[in-house]
Amino acid sequence: MDFNHNRIRQLFDRKKENILNIYFTAGFPRLDDTGDIITALGDAGVDLIEIGMPYSDPLADGPTIQQSGQVALRNGMTLPLLFEQIAAVRSKTDLPLILMGYFNQVMQYGETAFFEKCAEIGIDGLIIPDLPLVEYKASYRDTIESLGLGFSFLITPQTSTERIRMVDELSRGFIYMVSNAAITGAKADITRLQIDYFDRIKGMRLSNPRLIGFGISSFKTFSTACEYANGAIIGSAFIKALESSNGHLSDAVAGFVAGIKNEHGEQQTQSFDPLKN
Amino acid sequence: MEIAVDERGYYGEFGGAFIPEMLYPNVEELKRRYLSIMEEPDFQRRFRQLLRDYVGRPSPLYLAERLSNHYGATIYLKREDLNHTGAHKINNTIGQILLAQKLGKTRIIAETGAGQHGVATATVCALMGLQCIVYMGAVDIQRQAPNVARMRMLGAEVRPATSGSQTLKDATNEAIRDWINHPEETHYIIGSVVGPHPYPDMVARFQSVISEEMKWQLLEHTGNSDPDLVIACVGGGSNAAGAFYHYLNTPAVRLVAVEAAGKGIHSGHSAATSVLGTKGVIHGSRTLLMQTDDGQIIEPYSISAGLDYPGIGPMHAHLIKTGRAEAVSITDDEALNAAFSLTRTEGIIPALETAHALAALDKLSFKKTDIMVVCLSGRGDKDLAAYIEYLDSHGL
Repeated sequence: MDFNHNRIRQLFDRKKENILNIYFTAGFPRLDDTGDIITALGDAGVDLIEIGMPYSDPLADGPTIQQSGQVALRNGMTLPLLFEQIAAVRSKTDLPLILMGYFNQVMQYGETAFFEKCAEIGIDGLIIPDLPLVEYKASYRDTIESLGLGFSFLITPQTSTERIRMVDELSRGFIYMVSNAAITGAKADITRLQIDYFDRIKGMRLSNPRLIGFGISSFKTFSTACEYANGAIIGSAFIKALESSNGHLSDAVAGFVAGIKNEHGEQQTQSFDPLKN
Repeated sequence: MEIAVDERGYYGEFGGAFIPEMLYPNVEELKRRYLSIMEEPDFQRRFRQLLRDYVGRPSPLYLAERLSNHYGATIYLKREDLNHTGAHKINNTIGQILLAQKLGKTRIIAETGAGQHGVATATVCALMGLQCIVYMGAVDIQRQAPNVARMRMLGAEVRPATSGSQTLKDATNEAIRDWINHPEETHYIIGSVVGPHPYPDMVARFQSVISEEMKWQLLEHTGNSDPDLVIACVGGGSNAAGAFYHYLNTPAVRLVAVEAAGKGIHSGHSAATSVLGTKGVIHGSRTLLMQTDDGQIIEPYSISAGLDYPGIGPMHAHLIKTGRAEAVSITDDEALNAAFSLTRTEGIIPALETAHALAALDKLSFKKTDIMVVCLSGRGDKDLAAYIEYLDSHGL
């Protein structure tokens, strides 16, 4: 399938800045919240949604996302169930949906079967942080690209220039810029050192758009990230908001997203959800 | 076909480096440099000297006569329990600490199950004056208290891993997360032949001193450097990798990998990966691991903290899948029995891990003329609480 029809590509064609990508763990806080969270995020005006497939041993994730995954697994979340939930909500939103998980889950499902299922139910892109570039290129790129799926690789402050070029060549959709040497989870602020790194990458004029993730948790950190990239990804801070939602899911989602997009609820940024435009 | 790791870090279909990008620079640097550093004459001189003068190598190859009479074959014990710190683990930590110094690293992290690798790491860090942080499952901190005390006395910080089953797997997860958070100054000393390439190969090479010595020791004892069987316990599989290493390409030598069956292979409380495991990725390598149909890693169980691991090193997965090595599964009770049996026939108290290898003697078929080497990977001081409980409850 042609990547020009991919929703991630279409989003970045249309919108170049202040892109807000929200991550949540599927099956948290309750097993059947997936669809409601996605709809509420769409209503709140986020641009991209990253759905985490809960995993027993998430190496790249900090305590907040780990714990949400444990709860989701205890709730009974499985890949087949998640695929059903996504298929059901796909008709209700036109936002790009990205699936994030670990390679063992993909292997156990069957790699090709997994990628085909993603395409079939309307997933737009994948993030599999422990699938290395070299394995992707040798074994999976052709399948994923022929299915019209996007794939985002990570770069960090330690990633070499040569390797960033390779990431740019192999990624489709956007590049995931890890803000810091870290696992996921909120950090207090963005440092000078990080700004230098954001600047350096911006200056490379990569062909893919860039989203900054890890440690983005507030209006302030989101705004800073948006100065140096096309947007940012928020995970742990959103999980915490869900954690304290006490069953009022849509209010919690709306409140959280408003707090990220507006310092005092004033500077309302334009929503680009095509269903509403 | 020769058994060795290939350029991509694979043994057959097992191995590789399935790591998040955050770890790539460190792992890549190791991959690029480990062989050339290990081959430097200066490195080899220091490594060999420390193994001799500090660890006390060569470790004896002991002909266990009463044990041999009991089983009706010739049984040698490779006495890794007599090494400084009481297990084979120090062979690897000496090698990796020298390597870490060459890489300019100042902070050392490690995971540990039984605490033997943690102690061995804390020891070499004390020796070299480097900061040491050891991750250990909260459950293991309880059941291996003597080793926790030793690590603390050596100046290491022991950090509990409180996720999952709070054992070796979770300690390894925490160590990996620490490395992600501290990529520049930290070297991660993995204690087994697990993890992303080049760790399995690097650790196997450091441990290969075990079979290197066995060859000339056997030649002295028997006139033949090759035994009929080599038997070793396998959690991740580092003592087995070391004991098998120089026999991998000698098919006449039977290699026996002994796993922990816990309360029984199919009891739901087991760590018998070769039987229960399927292909997947754990801790950065593609190997056999215990997992659900949905790809979630299953919490393992064994009375032995060092074997309580849901995976197996990729080299062992390859050896077992290709039939080069035989796998034997031993329950908690069988291991405890074997520990008492060795203690009372030979006056040697083995570690619980090692007791699994000894118990395999009851399960294997062999000829009277066979010469066997059991890798006595560690001593049992750390397991006295479990042994005394067994002694009291069984009227021994």
